[in-house]
Formats: sequence, structure tokens, C-alpha cells
Amino acid sequence: MTTPTYTDFYTLLPYLILTVWACVLLLVDLFIPVGRKGITAFLAALGIAVTLGFSITQIGAESVGFSSMVALDGFSTFANILLLSSGLFGIALAYGYTQRFNMVRGEYYILLLFSVSGMMLMAQANDLIIVFLALELLSIPLYVLSAISRKLTSEESGVKYFLLGAFASGFVVYGTALIFGATGSTNLAAIFAQAAAGVTSGLLLTIGAALLLVGFGFKVAAAPFHMWTPDVYQGAPTSVTAFMAAGAKIAGFVALFRVFATAFPSLAPELTTILWALSAVTMILGNLTAISQTNIKRMLAYSAIAHAGYILMAFVPYGNAKVAPTAIAAGLFYLVAYAVSNFGSWGVVIALEKAEGKGLEIEDYAGLAKKYPALAAAMTVFMLSLIGFPPTLGMVGKFYLFRSALAGGFPGLALIGLVTSLLSAYYYLRVVVNMYMKEGDPEIEREPWLALTTGFTAIATVVVSFVPQFLFMLAYTAVMR
Amino acid sequence: MLLEYIAIGVMILVATLIAFIAIGLGGLFGPKKPSAEKDTPYESGMNPYGEGTRRMPVRFYLVAVLFILFDIEVVFFLPWAIAFRQLGLFGLLEMVIFIVILLIGYVYAWKKGALEWE
Repeated sequence: MTTPTYTDFYTLLPYLILTVWACVLLLVDLFIPVGRKGITAFLAALGIAVTLGFSITQIGAESVGFSSMVALDGFSTFANILLLSSGLFGIALAYGYTQRFNMVRGEYYILLLFSVSGMMLMAQANDLIIVFLALELLSIPLYVLSAISRKLTSEESGVKYFLLGAFASGFVVYGTALIFGATGSTNLAAIFAQAAAGVTSGLLLTIGAALLLVGFGFKVAAAPFHMWTPDVYQGAPTSVTAFMAAGAKIAGFVALFRVFATAFPSLAPELTTILWALSAVTMILGNLTAISQTNIKRMLAYSAIAHAGYILMAFVPYGNAKVAPTAIAAGLFYLVAYAVSNFGSWGVVIALEKAEGKGLEIEDYAGLAKKYPALAAAMTVFMLSLIGFPPTLGMVGKFYLFRSALAGGFPGLALIGLVTSLLSAYYYLRVVVNMYMKEGDPEIEREPWLALTTGFTAIATVVVSFVPQFLFMLAYTAVMR
Repeated sequence: MLLEYIAIGVMILVATLIAFIAIGLGGLFGPKKPSAEKDTPYESGMNPYGEGTRRMPVRFYLVAVLFILFDIEVVFFLPWAIAFRQLGLFGLLEMVIFIVILLIGYVYAWKKGALEWE
């Protein structure tokens, strides 16, 4: 039994700060009267901001802690900063939404904090046990959050997410068990060492890795494990959906990147084909199904599935040491681009949503440009970014992704990506056409935090696309460390 | 090695066969006179009433959740108590952290009224 040292705590500091903050806030919230839950929201945001500050000071730091069960490196710090920012956006979107829809509860923000801390633990996990722990810590608050509005649809979404999520967690545990059986360790580096030395049962290890892939594939909503996504995204309160779509996806991909790149490079010949197929199927299925949607939440849910496919593309050449760092950096870059456009577009959806689920059809966006030109312009930016049209972050992100797919020797995959992106223009532009070319009289809600989020993400989507090299270098150095 | 298990295998096989034969013979030769009374579920000889699944007050679930909270606490206490001397101060601190986290949940449940039946 080793006593933890300063290094151990330093490695896990951002996660520890956020978790302790969330625990204390749970108690503090009990004494905040129902009418003043804004205080809880503010304190939760403050906790995330403080943690974000610590995370930024950790840029460039590298260490492992707690018997190398958790790791701190450029990759985890990049992910931490991205996840904490997502948490801030999540709170900003939730503040007005929960008041308007009569679901003000302090627990909302506390569950969000716990979920973010689980995601951060996921980014720092260096051991399959911690991966599983983090998976549960990030998922369980999300199940509760999905059901928090107590409407029938919201409860259905929560139960559905919980049952299928628990099922997917089972795959992760079973995969971990098989990998432990094959290598005698759950530590990622030790698994790699065993696999490279060739002393393991290759088949057992491959099956274990494939089971892990199923579990993570569920979390990031990759086809064919995406069945839950449209129902859960549509039923959950929109502010929860926005946070879930970005946060759970980032965490899932970050874990996928780390586990596979650290532990299973020797399995690349077998897994590359599987990943190729997963990525292609997800892109095709997500985009094709999105075309026939009339509800904006459902459409964005299928768009989220399609984007999981694009990000998976970054991951196909992971066994090729020459291409992998650029490809994974492209994946990280795309995660940022997706998260920004995602929060923006869900923000616009929240602005138009009315009680009793009205205002969620794509037709409800008719005439938005005439009445609220700024909001319509912002939505146009997000839609263009999700298509991958210049001058937006999404376009740059897709460029990096397709380039890394070509460099890795997968021109077919890049082609599928390109064709499905063109295809996706149809349903994204339908929103734009509705806003600009049809007559209508939409009503929106004005909330300062919502406007701030939408405005900020719209401006960031455009501005950063002119200087993408800066962000890409950040991602690249994060991966190389 | 494996040969030693053959006896057990044979035993399982024969036991299963006997069970199937007994049930099969009963089905073949036994008299069948079904009636409404015979088809009702057996409930200690009384006439059955109500549904098979009954609605429970949701409070029971709260009690169950609280029970799990303390159940797991005890499960973790036992190994700690056994290895108390080896773990020393570090183990004590770990346990204090663990209890504090549980306590936060307990205070939360208390304040939310989970402990009041009415």
C-alpha cells in the first residue's frame, strides 16, 4: 500500500476540484430557496471556471498518478479544457430554459457538474477500470438529467437511455474482463506491452477490444449502436440534449482515442477494417435518415450520428504510426468544431421552442430571417458549419479529416465522407431555406445567457476558421506529448 | 484430468433423462380432466383475487435506495476492519473520505424529506 504523493493529487487535480465542489454544492443547494436557484447555477459555473483555470495552468504538464491508473498529458488537458467549456455552455443554455419550462431544480446543475467530472476522469483514465468508473460517473447523471423535466416524453427518454446505456456498459465490462484474461492487466500500457511481446491470446484480446468498441460506439452514437439517439435527444429537455450531444460524444471519443492508441496498436490490422466499416455505415446511415426528418431535434440527432461517423474517420489509421498523430489531432479539432456548432444550433432551437413541445418543427423556422435577422444568420452559420461549407470551422475540420484519411491510405472513406457531406447539405439547407425564403411569424424567447452562447459560438465558428492553424497546432501538440 | 469428470457428466445426463421420462410418462398415461377451478393459479387453497402485479407506494423505493447506501458502506467496512493495522493512517483517511461522501448523500436525502413516511 503506497501513500499517495503530491504528484498523484496534481495529476488528478482538476477532477478532484470539480467533484469536491459538486459534493459541497449538493449540500449548499439544500439551503437555497426554490425561487433563487440562480445562485446554484452561478456557483456551479464558478466551480467549472475555477477548474478550467487550474486545467489551463496544467498545459504542458505531464505525469501519471495513483499507481499509473490516471494520466495527465497534453491530450487529457486539451480534452479537460474542451469538456469544461462544454459544461459552461451547458449551464448557460440551461439557466433560462429551466425557468421557462418550469423545471428549476438545483440538482440540474449539480448533476451536470458530476457528469463533467466523469468526462474528465474519462479523458485522464489510463486503466480500463478507471475507464469504466468514468463511464458510469458521466452516464448516470445524464440518465437522470434526461428525465428531469418529468414530462412523459422526458421520462421515456431517461428510461430508454438508462436501459440501453446500462446494456452498453455491460459490453465495456465484459470487454475489460476478456482483455484482463488475455493480458493479466487492465493498465493500458501494460496491455500494450503484453500484446507487443506476443505472449497473449490474440483472439481473446481482439474480442475484448471489439466489445470495448461496442460500448464506446454506443456512447458516441455510432451506427449500428445509434438506435437510442433520436428518441433520447428528442425526448430529453433541449438544454440537456445540447450538453449530452457534445459532452458524451467528446468523452466517448477521447476514451476511444486513448484506449486504442495506447493499448491496441498491435491489433490495428484486424480493427482497421471494423473501424472503416463503422465510420462508413455511420456517415451514410446518419445522413440518409436525417433527410426525412421534419422535427428539428430529431434532425439534429441524426446529424449527431452522422458526425460520429466523420470523427471515427480520424481514427481508422490509428495503427499507422506516421499518420496517426495528425489523424487524431484532426479528430480532436473536429470535436472542437462540432461542439461549438452543436451548442450554437441547439441554442437556436431553445430560443424557438415553446411549451407543450411547439416550435420544434423545421417549418416553424419560416420567416425567421425577416423578423430576427441576427438569430437566422447565426443558425445559417451553424448549418453551414455542420455541412462543412466555408467560411466555417466545420469546413476546416472536414478538410483535416479527409486529408488524414487520404494520407492513411483510405481514399474510399474520404470519398464516402465527401459524398455524404454533399448529401447532408439538403437537410441542413432546408432549415436555411425555411428561414429566408418562406413566410411565417415565429416567436422567440430572449434570454441574455442564451443570446450570449449563440452569439459567441457563431462568431467563433467563423473567426477561428480563418486561423485554424493555431487550433490545429494546439491539438497536434496535445497528441504528440 | 478431464476423464475424472466423466462420472459427473454421466450422472447429469442420466438425471436429466429420468426427469424427462417421468414427466413424459405422466403426460402420456395420466388422465386429463381440465376445469376452470383447476386452471386457476394456486394461492394456498383460497380463491385468488386481484392482479398478479400490485402497485407499491414509491416510498418503498426510497427506503430501498437508502438501504443500498448503508449496505454498501458496511460491505466496505468489513475488509477495512480486517486490514486496519496494515492500512494504518492512510486507510483511516480513505475511510473518512468514503463516509463523508456517503454522509453528504444522507444529509441530502434527509433534508429532501426521504426519511418521512407521510
